[in-house]
Amino acid sequence: MSIIVGSETKLAVSGLTGREGSFHGLRNRAYGTDLVAGVTPGKGGQDVEGVPVFDTIKEAVTEAGANTSMIFVPARFAAPAIDEAIDSGVETVIAITEGIPVLDMLKTYWKAKEAGVRLIGPNCPGVLSPGKANVGIIPAQFFDPGKIGVVSKSGTLTYQIGNELKQAGEGNSSIVGIGGDPIVGSDFIDILTMYEADPETELIVMVGEIGGDAEERAAEFISSEVSKPVVAYIAGFTAPPGKQMGHAGAIISGSSGTAQAKKDALEAKGVRVGQSPTEAAAIAVETLRAL
Amino acid sequence: MDLLEYQGKQLFAKHGVAVPSGEVAKTVDEAVAAAEQIGYPCAIKAQVLIGGRGKAGGIKIASDQAQAREYADAILGMDIVGPHGEGPFRVDQVWIEGGSDIASEYYASVILDRGEKKLLAMVSSQGGMDIEQVAAESPDALIKRHIDPTREFDAAAAREIIDAAGLDEDIRDQAAEVLVKLAEVAGNEDASLIEVNPLIVTSERQVVALDAKVTIDGNALYRHEDLAEIADTVDDPQEQMAKDKGLTYVKLDGNVGILANGAGLCMSTLDVVAQAGGAPANFLDAGGGSKAEAIVNALEVIKSDAKVSAILFNIFGGITRCDEIANGIVTASSQLDLDLPLVVRLDGTNSEEGLEILAAANLPNLHQEKTMLDAARRVVELAGGAA
Repeated sequence: MSIIVGSETKLAVSGLTGREGSFHGLRNRAYGTDLVAGVTPGKGGQDVEGVPVFDTIKEAVTEAGANTSMIFVPARFAAPAIDEAIDSGVETVIAITEGIPVLDMLKTYWKAKEAGVRLIGPNCPGVLSPGKANVGIIPAQFFDPGKIGVVSKSGTLTYQIGNELKQAGEGNSSIVGIGGDPIVGSDFIDILTMYEADPETELIVMVGEIGGDAEERAAEFISSEVSKPVVAYIAGFTAPPGKQMGHAGAIISGSSGTAQAKKDALEAKGVRVGQSPTEAAAIAVETLRAL
Repeated sequence: MDLLEYQGKQLFAKHGVAVPSGEVAKTVDEAVAAAEQIGYPCAIKAQVLIGGRGKAGGIKIASDQAQAREYADAILGMDIVGPHGEGPFRVDQVWIEGGSDIASEYYASVILDRGEKKLLAMVSSQGGMDIEQVAAESPDALIKRHIDPTREFDAAAAREIIDAAGLDEDIRDQAAEVLVKLAEVAGNEDASLIEVNPLIVTSERQVVALDAKVTIDGNALYRHEDLAEIADTVDDPQEQMAKDKGLTYVKLDGNVGILANGAGLCMSTLDVVAQAGGAPANFLDAGGGSKAEAIVNALEVIKSDAKVSAILFNIFGGITRCDEIANGIVTASSQLDLDLPLVVRLDGTNSEEGLEILAAANLPNLHQEKTMLDAARRVVELAGGAA
């Protein structure tokens, strides 16, 4: 088992005919992901290296059996593309696109919720289940199959931690990049719920950063609903108040949403928090081996 | 993107929220001329992106020309430090507006609640003071209601909040209308935060926004030409240079220049440098898939900050290829005459090729470290020890 993507994934990539979409879509296929369709309005009937392209996601579902949609279209067209995916009948939508206006995402979030469609992202690196499927831009070579589930707001930081786990001889059930935007389709709690239910996952590593209160909420949730050990890392202790650091979500104002507040909230609920990515990985390995 | 008070007020006025009329001034003479035209008493208000201006002496009421000159002279050029130690922020413009006759001071805001994924409207009859203090000391006095994303936020819904907040009976309809308009500003202008403190009732019983704190979603600027123009003006020379080169850069106070790929890894790099006793000079995310040219640009920006005494490169190549990064470092070293100590940690995709390129270039100021923590310690040492 793994979560969100796996051997049963049948992927349709919106934006497969674009530069980024084709690069990553084909990379995902090379990893073993069942890439069944590309979607670009007006380019139906073409193909990208043998992958049929359709005008709509709906056609990718009915004609090619897609059950997972990956969104790689430019920011100003991305929210309508996600909405289209939600209406198409796929179970999961993974939105890689960064820079989508937050109010657009607000509407799209509730649309996905109402339709019962799982939305990951936007502005995320996607989901990798090592040895099974990769949907997104996560470099799979740094991750082996294993027992640690990772959920993270950040891409490169996840690769850093994944690589340290790999060097220590441990692997992952899945790696989920939830994205760092203010409004994301799935929060820590959604993914923690899935890892808790996943028999392959024995320990969870959670990577947060400044902004919002998703980590604080996760801390509450972990204390009552998660029986598996959780190890955390939080980035952004030195971020000055009121400054925005790259991710739109990484904004702090005043005292709430600071890295320290998140660390305190997690530790208060018994979650060990590493001082650096290296220490977090080391704690995860130590904890796993003590199970 | 945060708006200055007067820019926020202009946005309010556009949507029909009453604000005092006024003018912006960048020199003392301009300020006095504006005050003369507006008449006395008038308020002279520092335009900086931080709260606590009043306490810092950045807001004064002038009752004649001599006072207008005295206050404008004092406020322009002043450095204001925020209530949580933010800044200092140099005042380079003031807003002059007619003095208001205040009968009551309330509080109103519309903000994005990330956790609940809804807009949240808040109203209190206790305005004019620190709202966090009101929330902490008398939570019942701050009425909070989420705005249902599936329904129109109309006067009736707004009135319910106003009633709950217990504002003066005679202005409740007016206040409800203001709240509807503030929500409209949020929706139509892509504002993720709108705060009015105080929202006043004048002695003529008119509801007026006496302050404006507005944050616009930077991702939505493409559909707001007028606001995008404001975003183009950056005060800091390094930040301007980075913006022109399309880099994500935030200037900080220290002397250790930082370049990493990815926002999360970059923030984490700042943290480990601070843990090693150093002070980061900046946040600079070279982005995913960084190419050699981006590295040259990034080094140029970091180097232009005179405070920087050593630079740390922390790259974990995923999509980014370490050989590209190494080529960028070598090119930049020769193009930019870079003689500052440069600590490089390259890991991930094509790291071996990258390390070979660096070794072959044999740059005298370049120091390689294998791990992020060792690299942080080394750069702090080279920058002259703990800050």
